[in-house]
Amino acid sequence: MGCGRVGGRLAGLLDADGYTVTVLDTDAYSFRRLPPEFGGTALIGNGINEEALKRAGIEEADAFVAVTQGDNRNVMAAQIAKHIFNVPRVICRIYDPLRRELYNTLGLETFSPTTVFAQMLKEKLES
Amino acid sequence: MYIIVVGGGRLGYYLAKALLDEGHEVLIVEKNAIICENIVEEMGSVCIRGDGCETATLDEVGTGRADMLIAVTGDDEDNLVACQVAKHKFNVPRTIARIRNPKNEAIFKKLGIDVTVSSTNIILEHIEEEVPTHPLTHLLTIRDKGLEIVEVKIPPGSTTVGKPVKELSLPPESILPLIIRKESKPIVPTANTILQAGDQVIAVTTPESEEALRTALRGA
Repeated sequence: MGCGRVGGRLAGLLDADGYTVTVLDTDAYSFRRLPPEFGGTALIGNGINEEALKRAGIEEADAFVAVTQGDNRNVMAAQIAKHIFNVPRVICRIYDPLRRELYNTLGLETFSPTTVFAQMLKEKLES
Repeated sequence: MYIIVVGGGRLGYYLAKALLDEGHEVLIVEKNAIICENIVEEMGSVCIRGDGCETATLDEVGTGRADMLIAVTGDDEDNLVACQVAKHKFNVPRTIARIRNPKNEAIFKKLGIDVTVSSTNIILEHIEEEVPTHPLTHLLTIRDKGLEIVEVKIPPGSTTVGKPVKELSLPPESILPLIIRKESKPIVPTANTILQAGDQVIAVTTPESEEALRTALRGA
């Protein structure tokens, strides 16, 4: 869910590895980020909408990744995937480190690029 | 009570006003600086600029001692997160979320929000009431019991007019606590109460039995 730079790239990588991939985004223009050889499905739709998720095949999905720009959208979609559709593996991007911490304790698998990247930069500078 | 309102749009504004009038301590959290300024100018310092989904903001406004948090922004996902943060991070006893997409009602419930208010559904219901031919109007939903209170108008010419209540084949989980009749006091119907044209029958039923109830009261 979310075909930005990260979502588009991830979809391309997974597709190249032979997985069946569906990318969901509200903006068709975002699909330009998919590599030309992308063999999966690109669907227009909002990932916080049950119908859109069903169309994307969430009921059969083994994994769901929420990487839109909106933390709350990601959180809501990830919770729908996990608690309503029982997707076995759900990963959710949350930029806000405090919010990430909370949802982590609530059982979502989350990561915050903010924390990760800041840490990485610090280590780079110190090395 | 200390009540935090997330979202200072039209709904948040009027809600805060009403709550202040009732004597509650109210604080609005609003992202937009201009909206925030306008509220402060008019109502005093009851609005703080910030993101009501952010732990830091909620911490700053003393969410820990809030009795209630009501999230009324225009985005369902923001309302969900504001309520979840309040509930799980700050142990706010009661959280209420406004939802725009009626489908989210079930989802929010499953995700632990105490109360959801679907603005779309409420508007729909009120419009339904104003459509005179609408056979069944929803008055109230008792969600945790799966019950609802509805009103059924008995039009002239219904096959049930002139029949006593005991002869109606009401669905099993439906009861009729009240009949409102023109130019008479509301009556609590008994088995022998005769239905009249123009009666407004108030019934307790389940969403599944609505159709059967309507047929029982108005005839096929």
